[in-house]
Amino acid sequence: MKTVVDELLERPHAGNLVYTAKDFKPAVDVRWCAGCGAISVLSPSQRLMPDLGMPKEKIVYVSGIGCSGRFPYYMETYGFHSIHGRALAIASGLKIARPDLSVWVVTGDGDNMSIGGNHFIHTCRRNVDLNIMMFNNEVYSLTKGQYSPTSHRGQITKSSPLGALDDPFNPVALALGSGATFVARGHDKDRNQLQQLLKRAYEHKGVSFIEIYTNCRIFNDGAFDLYTNAETRDNHTIFLEHGKPLVFGKTRNKGIIMDGYTPRVVNLDQGEHSVSDLLIHNEKDSTLAFILANMTYSEDLPRPMGVLQAITRAPYEERVVNQIQHEIVTKGEGDLQQLLQGESNWLV
Amino acid sequence: MTKILEHLEEATIRFAGDSGDGMQLVGTQFSETSGFAGNEVNTFPDYPSEIRAPEGTLYGVSAFQVHFGTHNIHTSGDLIDVLVAMNASSLKVNMNNLKRGGIIIANTEGFDARNLGLAKYSANPLEDGSLQDYEVHAVDMTKEIKAEFGELDIPSKLIGKVKNIFSLGIAYWLFHRPLEPTVNWINKKFKGKDDVILANVHALRAGWNYAEKKGAFQRQYVVDRSPLPPGRYRSITGNEAVALGLVVAARKANLPLFLGSYPITPATDILHAISGYKKYGVKHLQAEDEIAGICSAIGAAFGGSLAATTTSGPGLSLKTEAMGLAVMVELPLIIVDVQRAGPSTGLPTKPEQGDLLMGMFGRHGEAPMPILAASGSADCFNITLEAARIALKYMTPVLLLSDGYIGQASEPWKIPTVTALPDIKPYFTKEQEGYAPYKRDPETLRRLWAIPGFEGMEHRIGGLEKEDGSGNVSSEGVNHEKMVHLRQEKINRIANDIPDAVVEGEQSGDLLMLSWGSTYGAAKTAYERLRAKGHTLSFLHLRYLNPFPKNLGEILTRFKRVVVPELNLGQLQWLLQAKYLKPVTGINKMQGKPFKSSELEEKLERMLTQKEVLV
Repeated sequence: MKTVVDELLERPHAGNLVYTAKDFKPAVDVRWCAGCGAISVLSPSQRLMPDLGMPKEKIVYVSGIGCSGRFPYYMETYGFHSIHGRALAIASGLKIARPDLSVWVVTGDGDNMSIGGNHFIHTCRRNVDLNIMMFNNEVYSLTKGQYSPTSHRGQITKSSPLGALDDPFNPVALALGSGATFVARGHDKDRNQLQQLLKRAYEHKGVSFIEIYTNCRIFNDGAFDLYTNAETRDNHTIFLEHGKPLVFGKTRNKGIIMDGYTPRVVNLDQGEHSVSDLLIHNEKDSTLAFILANMTYSEDLPRPMGVLQAITRAPYEERVVNQIQHEIVTKGEGDLQQLLQGESNWLV
Repeated sequence: MTKILEHLEEATIRFAGDSGDGMQLVGTQFSETSGFAGNEVNTFPDYPSEIRAPEGTLYGVSAFQVHFGTHNIHTSGDLIDVLVAMNASSLKVNMNNLKRGGIIIANTEGFDARNLGLAKYSANPLEDGSLQDYEVHAVDMTKEIKAEFGELDIPSKLIGKVKNIFSLGIAYWLFHRPLEPTVNWINKKFKGKDDVILANVHALRAGWNYAEKKGAFQRQYVVDRSPLPPGRYRSITGNEAVALGLVVAARKANLPLFLGSYPITPATDILHAISGYKKYGVKHLQAEDEIAGICSAIGAAFGGSLAATTTSGPGLSLKTEAMGLAVMVELPLIIVDVQRAGPSTGLPTKPEQGDLLMGMFGRHGEAPMPILAASGSADCFNITLEAARIALKYMTPVLLLSDGYIGQASEPWKIPTVTALPDIKPYFTKEQEGYAPYKRDPETLRRLWAIPGFEGMEHRIGGLEKEDGSGNVSSEGVNHEKMVHLRQEKINRIANDIPDAVVEGEQSGDLLMLSWGSTYGAAKTAYERLRAKGHTLSFLHLRYLNPFPKNLGEILTRFKRVVVPELNLGQLQWLLQAKYLKPVTGINKMQGKPFKSSELEEKLERMLTQKEVLV
């Protein structure tokens, strides 16, 4: 049964499908603070869109509350700036109702890990085909500087003047534990890498979760310097590449081996270990993904960046459509009048 | 032996037993058969919130009441004419409502020492003479069923499970009802399980034969057919009617239907029904919580679906922030609240009308929302279509109030012809040129709706205040004030688009009884009885609570006294007094039960005869 929405959407795209990044910049001022990490996600997003070959009326950005929440206003697509923590619930309803759309969710560590935590784990579990960008700055910024669910223990903030007592979530581990099929991590100091990750997220069918380290200059400046600055990041992060050994270091002289179930750093220039001893990354291996995710807060291990896991499972909205189709194929399209008649009725 | 055949205008039967005794099932069968036999019917399922409470306990009693008759059956009945009591506890908790001289059909096995103890009886009421004012039939149901089965090879385990059907057989005999509808139902329900079918059908016959042959019953009753308008009828609960209303509304609007919902008593049956409508193309999400239920519906509405969320009181509390968002983004949405007694978890399975003021005011900021209330089980269908019409025409969330009584109670419903129902129109914007999301239709003030996928109309909406027209984010004070007025005025104008309130009886005078929601049945019955007794009073029932019908204020001025019966502390009373500055008297009840019409009748009669103002 064709609805009026189906009919309206059948109108062919009339305009040009060749876009430039400029076509995705609306005529409004970007009101984030100068140097905000979020700005570094905006430009890769605007640059990515023309590559997708998707009519821009089919693209929707949904956000919650927090500094990240403003993102949709800065993309010349459809957008919905919703309420605190609920972006994923709104986006899920939209995607289930309209599988034809490319739906992006912009959220933050407070929005997504705290008030929206329940929606996050369930969206991952269902595998709704949403692309989730979580800006992690390890602090509540829009409320002016309180500790967040990703702040580290001891972090001094306005609401933890003596140091936060909480231990943080590890967002990628939480995503994996909740059943997310695509899990990645990037940061605001490498826009090209970020653009690649966004593209991978777009191409992945099912839920895609990218944790993005975004520096908050005002309330938590330098929180990720060790992992993002050009001078230090090579020694403190490892960029995961499918099928390749886990090598890192400024001179590519270090690697990761498995010692039992525990990853361990080895030197490659001391003759004891060579590249062939190293752990090989496999995005399809969920067990490995957990091990890699758990390297996150280890002081002895580099922090994993890139795609931790990319596995395939039918997206939720597809299952919804298939169930409807199956029902119609096996039982025939429903006759509404018959439904109203019920199982038993009588004539007066 | 000769039996006396007596004609009755109406009767009330109540099947009561343990939660696991199948009382809801036989009650439903009795009501459907009564409908089939041409009566007006109204039912009331009354069950504990425990799923299988300990057997034999007073708090574990589950009951199903059926009120049927030839004329004016608007309620599930005040006093019980026939009580089926499967055990001592079910007799005890229902004695208060049993009519003097009424019939008790008691299952003697349920009156053994253990059951009597659980019911806190010191002596067996079936034997100690305490029931001498009633017509008592003490039946060893298992023995009678076994006798009927004779040589039939039926597992004894099954016999225990069909005692309810046996009692139904007696009830059918008593009211001269046909067995065929239930036999057909049994054959369909247990298809493929021949021994179960056999056991049930024999138990039904055993009950009938017991009453027919044993001579214990000397009277059989006949309740004549009702002069109902001709057509095809079925029995329907309010929850079923809402579910059907949603799927029909979507079809009439030619929109996809989306339901986002989280299980909650007593609203879950709507979710159950909708989840079975896949072949009608319906999408639903059983969300992770109440908030995700409404938010997913808002997302679907943004994408162009007719979207709904269904819940009960505690769930409505959780949805309030998202309801405010729906007001702000001005998207069509239907929010169904099947009210239950609160606050907090309250009495989860029992009705109350306590959510009206929350619906009116329970959001931060000025967040006006239309409110409709169903007046009965069957009316739930029509009012759902009306909620959809208003939501789409005014681009607004609509709150639809039902309650645990009409949600679960059933009544006969004249099945409409889908093609004959009026179309419902979604107002999509077709003009790309100059599109802005907060430009408005000048008459209704509805904003212009474009959904993702419409080329050249890309725009952003959200919870932040928007500039009038353009829809850009604006925190400018004068603009905000204008938007507050626009949102309010849009809802106010719905009053131009709904029927005037209609007064039954004298159009002016001493006393007007004004009801809303599920109190309709009891109020209407009390009104009719008082009129029949020669009293002068008028009656008005409201289905539109926000905005009120345009003529309501003027109507109130025509009456000296206005009385509002409500299952709360006086919420409609409060609204009427605030809006129209008219003193209103409340009749209020908060016992987790609907009004009895006799309660209202007595109170109103006192007011009418003694010119009493306060109750």
